[in-house]
Amino acid sequence: MVRPALPPTSDAAHDQGCGRLSAAWEVLGQVLDPEVPAVSLVELGIVRDLRETADGVEVVLTPTYSGCPATEAIEQQVREALARFGTVTVTLQRAPAWTTDWITPEGREKLRAYGIAPPGPVAAGQGVPIRLVRPAAGSGAQAVSCPRCGSAQTQRLSAFGSTACKSLYRCLACREPFEFFKPL
Amino acid sequence: MTKVSNVVDDAGAQYLLRLGDACLVLSHRLSEWCGHAPMLEEDLALGNIALDLLGQARALLTRAGQLQAQAGGPALDEDQLAYLREERHFLNPVLMELPRGDFAFTQTRNLMVACWLLPLWDRLRASSDAEVAAIAGKAVKEVQYHQQHAADWVVRLGDGTEESTRRMQAALAQLWPYVGELFASDDIDAAAQASGLGPSWAELRDDWDSAMAAVLAEAKLPRPQDTPHVYAGRRGVHSEHMGHMLSTMQMLQRTYPGGVW
Repeated sequence: MVRPALPPTSDAAHDQGCGRLSAAWEVLGQVLDPEVPAVSLVELGIVRDLRETADGVEVVLTPTYSGCPATEAIEQQVREALARFGTVTVTLQRAPAWTTDWITPEGREKLRAYGIAPPGPVAAGQGVPIRLVRPAAGSGAQAVSCPRCGSAQTQRLSAFGSTACKSLYRCLACREPFEFFKPL
Repeated sequence: MTKVSNVVDDAGAQYLLRLGDACLVLSHRLSEWCGHAPMLEEDLALGNIALDLLGQARALLTRAGQLQAQAGGPALDEDQLAYLREERHFLNPVLMELPRGDFAFTQTRNLMVACWLLPLWDRLRASSDAEVAAIAGKAVKEVQYHQQHAADWVVRLGDGTEESTRRMQAALAQLWPYVGELFASDDIDAAAQASGLGPSWAELRDDWDSAMAAVLAEAKLPRPQDTPHVYAGRRGVHSEHMGHMLSTMQMLQRTYPGGVW
């Protein structure tokens, strides 16, 4: 079972009695992200909290991107997965905003194995002024290693990829195209 | 038959709708590129940016509807606000509703809007409304990617070929008269500043000017002269293009009222 990078905010002692919450965490750890089915919702770091309610459980989720079309699908998956724990309440919590820094180390390894280069730390890519660098003079973007062969000789093809959270790259060593999970 | 107009008259709700409608309308204009962009990568990029803007718009329209309800108005949700409001009740600046034009026009407008949204979202993170602050905390990160992407294109096209430079200069000349509205002050704006809901838009001008100046200098594009006329989209007075856009955007809900997925 994989625990989130940040501990849940509910009283940890709460789930030691009957183990229901531990079991529910374990189930959530098996629910895969619908758009990146290599990692679970827990590994992605979007499960903020899980607590017992009078007649079931409440799951607190943080959306990844404002416009992520998977948000509703994820909610539905969570409801179905946790149905045996009683009434499932799903609460969306915007603040603090989700960051790729919350993707667990296990999640990062799974992304790499799936062919998606995991994001670097957010501090390196955020809050910087606009980079005014010509494509011809080097990408100016941070170095991204190829998830297949590990080479740092890679090139960005497009800032936006198949989903809002990724950009498109290619490896100049093994010549394979790959996706990069952008730091956010 | 009762006319459904879904008027929002609460000052705070109107302040949020100005921004929410700006995001919604630009999102729609960008979505029109789907299948038409000059290359597949840009089709994806414009679609992704449109999706971010739509997500931000949904959150803002939802919050605006809640503020309106708290002020004693009808409880309007995001769909009623997006699909069942009439042209005069949309409060986006005119800049966002202009037809998508060519690729130079689209990227130039995207840069102008991103350079305006970035300092606006940044300040809204300190909004007295916790929900607005939370929406801003997410959006400010997304818009940085939009700004970078548009800046890359403006530099590439501005300092590119004779043809791309000509198109960029034409786009700037066409768009510049609409910039003034992004920084105009009025009572709605002043009320938001007083309540701590959000900044007066005039405050954003210096940040916008310096960000635009840096990109235009790198792109070797001269900055057009400011023009005195201030458009009034924020008060519901739109260009002739708005009604046509809404007829497409609202068609499904107008044809099948109350229809849901």
